[in-house]
Amino acid sequence: MPCVVILLALNIGALTAVVARAEGWAAFRAADWAALRFTLVQAVLSALISVALAIPVARALARRRFPGRGALIVLMGAPFILPTLVAVSGILAIFGRQGLANQGLALLGVQGFTIYGLQGVLLAHVFFNLPLATRLILQGWARVPGEHLRLAAALGFDGRAMWRHVEWPMLRQVIPGALAVVFLICLTSFAVALTLGGGPRATTLELAIFQAFRFDFDLGRAALLALVQAALGIGALLLLARLTLPIGAISGLDRPAPAPGGGLPRLTDALAIVLAAAFLLLPLSMVVWRGAPHLPSLPEPVWQAALQSLRVAGLSVMLLALMTAALALAAVYATRAGRAFEALGMSALTASPMVIGTGLFIVAFPLIDPARLALPVTALVNAAMALPFALRAVLPALRRAEADHARLSAALGLGFGAHLRLVLWPRVRPAFGFGLGLGAALSMGDLGVIVLFAQTGGETLPMQLHRLMGAYRTADAAGAALLLLALALAAFVLVERLVGGRKGLHAGT
Amino acid sequence: MRYPTLAAGLLAASALAASADTPVLTVYTYDSFVSSWGPGPAVREAFEAVCDCELNFVGVGDGAALLARLQLEGARSPADIVLGLDTNLTARAAASGLFVPHGIRADLDLPITWDDPLFLPFDWGWFAFVHDRNRLPEPPASFAELINSDLSIVIQDPRSSSPGLGLLMWVEAVFGDEAPAIWQGLAPRVLTVTSGWSEAYGLFLDGEADMVLSYTTSPAYHLIAESDDSKAAAAFDEGHYLQIEVAGILANAGQPELAQQFLEFMVSDAFQSIIPTTNWMYPAATPAEGLPEGFETLHRPEISHLFPPEEAAARRDAALDAWRNALAQ
Repeated sequence: MPCVVILLALNIGALTAVVARAEGWAAFRAADWAALRFTLVQAVLSALISVALAIPVARALARRRFPGRGALIVLMGAPFILPTLVAVSGILAIFGRQGLANQGLALLGVQGFTIYGLQGVLLAHVFFNLPLATRLILQGWARVPGEHLRLAAALGFDGRAMWRHVEWPMLRQVIPGALAVVFLICLTSFAVALTLGGGPRATTLELAIFQAFRFDFDLGRAALLALVQAALGIGALLLLARLTLPIGAISGLDRPAPAPGGGLPRLTDALAIVLAAAFLLLPLSMVVWRGAPHLPSLPEPVWQAALQSLRVAGLSVMLLALMTAALALAAVYATRAGRAFEALGMSALTASPMVIGTGLFIVAFPLIDPARLALPVTALVNAAMALPFALRAVLPALRRAEADHARLSAALGLGFGAHLRLVLWPRVRPAFGFGLGLGAALSMGDLGVIVLFAQTGGETLPMQLHRLMGAYRTADAAGAALLLLALALAAFVLVERLVGGRKGLHAGT
Repeated sequence: MRYPTLAAGLLAASALAASADTPVLTVYTYDSFVSSWGPGPAVREAFEAVCDCELNFVGVGDGAALLARLQLEGARSPADIVLGLDTNLTARAAASGLFVPHGIRADLDLPITWDDPLFLPFDWGWFAFVHDRNRLPEPPASFAELINSDLSIVIQDPRSSSPGLGLLMWVEAVFGDEAPAIWQGLAPRVLTVTSGWSEAYGLFLDGEADMVLSYTTSPAYHLIAESDDSKAAAAFDEGHYLQIEVAGILANAGQPELAQQFLEFMVSDAFQSIIPTTNWMYPAATPAEGLPEGFETLHRPEISHLFPPEEAAARRDAALDAWRNALAQ
C-alpha cells in the first residue's frame, strides 16, 4: 500500500525529521498550558455548536424539495472552502464593529456588540464548519431508506417516535464523525483564533508551535507542542469512535421519501434553511460586493497565479482520488486493521501543518532544491489534508452499500470487480464526487506548505492575495479574493458533477 | 504525469543556465520584497544590467521566517545573501555564525550611526500608529494620551510579526521598567491582535479600529499611489522606535565576489531609488534625486529609539511575558 507509506511518511516522518534536528527536548511552560486549555475549549465548543446547528438545517434540506435547492446547498458549502483571510473579512463586514449587524443595531438605537473574544472565534469556526457538518449529516439522512420513512408514516409515528426510531439511530452513525472532523479542523486554527479572539488570551497550540519555530527557533519545543496537539486529535478520534453506532444491514431500495406535512414542521424547516442561508451567504455576498468592481482590472500576475492554483488543485485531486479509494476499500475489507486504516486517513488533520511543512523541508532540502518540489509537494500535502473529509464522506456510504448488498452479490456469485463496478460504485459515487470536489476547492484556497517551497513564478492565488494585501493593494486584493472564491466554488461543482454524476447530487445530498 | 515533465523541464532550464556560464547570485529575502508589487522585479533588472550575472530572489515568508529557514539549512544553504532581517533578528543571525563581514563603508542616511560589520542596511522606517484624518482628526500625541482615550487600536502579535515585535521594543525603550504598567493601560485600547501586518492594516482600512500599528511612511502609499491624503501617522512626544532592515553575506556563499558587488549596488542610487515607492520605507542612503514627491508630507519624529541588537535580544523574552500578561487578562 504505497499510499499508507506516503501518509505515514507525511505525519510521522515529518515530525521525526523535526525532532531529529532539535537540540534536546523542551518542557511544557505555563503559557503552553494556557494555550492547550484555550485550544481545547474553542475546538470542543466549535464542534458542538456547528454540529448542533447543522442537525436542523440538514433535516430541513433532506425533507424539503424546492427550486434552487441544489444551488443553495452548493453555495452554502462555500465558507468551508474559503481561504481564512477572505472569510474573516466577510464575517467582519457583517459582524464587525462597523459591520452591517452593528450598524443596523445602531439605527435602532440598540447597544452594539463586539465580535472580538471567544464569541468571535466560535462564530468564525461555525461559519467555516456548519456547511461541512450539514453536508455530512445530510448524507446520513439521504441514506435512511425511503421504505423506513414510508413505514413510519404508515404506522402514524409522531415527531418524537420518528426521532427515537429513525432519526436518532441514523444520527448516532454520522454525528461522531462530524464532531471529530470539526474538532480536528479547529484544533490547528491560529490566525482566525488570534484575530477574532482579541489577543494573546486566544493563543492556540498551533500559534505556540509557530512561535517556537519562528520566534525562538526551538525545534524541540515545536515538536513537543506538535505531539501534544496530535495527541489531542487522536484522543478525540478514539473517544468519538467508541460512541459511533456501527452500521447494520438494514436495506432499502434507495427511493426518496415523502416530506412530512403539517404546519409546524414546515415552518421550522423553512426557518432553519432561511437562517442558515442568511448566516452563511451574507458574509459571502459582501466578498462578492467588494471584489466585483476590481475583478476586471486585476493585474496579470494574479491571473498567472490562478492558473498555477488550478494546476495544484488538479494534481491534488488525482492524488486524493487514489488515496481515498485505497484507504476506503482497505478500511472496509481489512477485517482486523480496518479501523487503523480509517484512523490513518484521519490523521492528516491532527498533525500541525507548520510541522508537516517544516519536516518535509528538512527531508527534501539535502536531496533536491525545494523550489523544484513546490508543485508536487503542495499537491500531495493538500491531498493528505483533504483526505479526512473525503473519507468521512465516502466511508459511511461504502459501509452502507457493502452492508446492504454484500450478501446479495455473494449469493449471485458476482466477482469482486463486478461487485465494485455494478453494486458499490453507483452507491458511493455521489459521496466520492463530493469528497473530491471538497479536495479540489480546499487545494485552491490553501496557503500552507506552498509558502515554504514556492519559487518566484510559481505563486498560487492565495499567495498572491496575501502579497497584494502586504503591498497595501486592498482593492486588487478584494478582486483576487472574489476570483479565488469563484474558482474554488467552480472547482468544487465541476469535480463533484464530473465524478459524482448529475443524478447522484440529488440522490445523495 | 505532470511532475516528471515539470522536473525534466526545470532540470533542462537549469542545465541551460549553467551551460551559458552565467554566474547565479542567490538572494533570500522576505516574501513581499519579491512580489510583483515589491522592489524585487526592478532590483533584479537593474542589477542584471550591470553584473553580467543572473539574480535569483527566493521569497521566504517574513524576516523571522527567513532566519528560521537559514538556520534549518545551515552551512549547506544555497543562499549567497540574506536581505530583509531587522535589528531584532541580527543578534540571533550573528550568533548562528553563518555570516561574514561585508567590509563595505557606505555613506548612510540613518537617524543613528551604523557600524555593524556583518549587516548592511538597505532601508529603514519609524513605527507609528496610522489613523484616518476624516475619522480621527485629532489623534493622541503620546502613549499616555492613547491610554486615556477611548480609541481602539489593532496591533500585531510580537511572536509572529516584526511590527508587533517593534511595538514591544518601542514601549520597552520609552518606559523601561514601567513597560508592564503601560501595557496594562494599553490593554483596553487594543481591539485585537493579528498574526501579521496585512491582517491588521486590513482591519483598520475596513474601519474596525481607529488606529493601526504601522509605519510613518504608510500614508505615503495612499498619497502617491491612490492620491488619498486622508491617512496620517500620529506623532508621539516620547519618540518613535526604528526598524532598520539589513542584508548580509553568508560565510558559505558560492559567489562571494558577486555577493560583495550586490551589497555595494544595494547602497547605490540604482537600488535605493527603487525602495521608497515599492517597499514604502526610507532608503538607507538617500539617492541623488532625493525622495519622491509626497514623502515631504510625512511626519519625521525628532526622537528615535533603537536598542542595539544584543540588548533587543536580551530584553525580548521578559518584554513578551509582560505583554502577554497584560493582554491575556
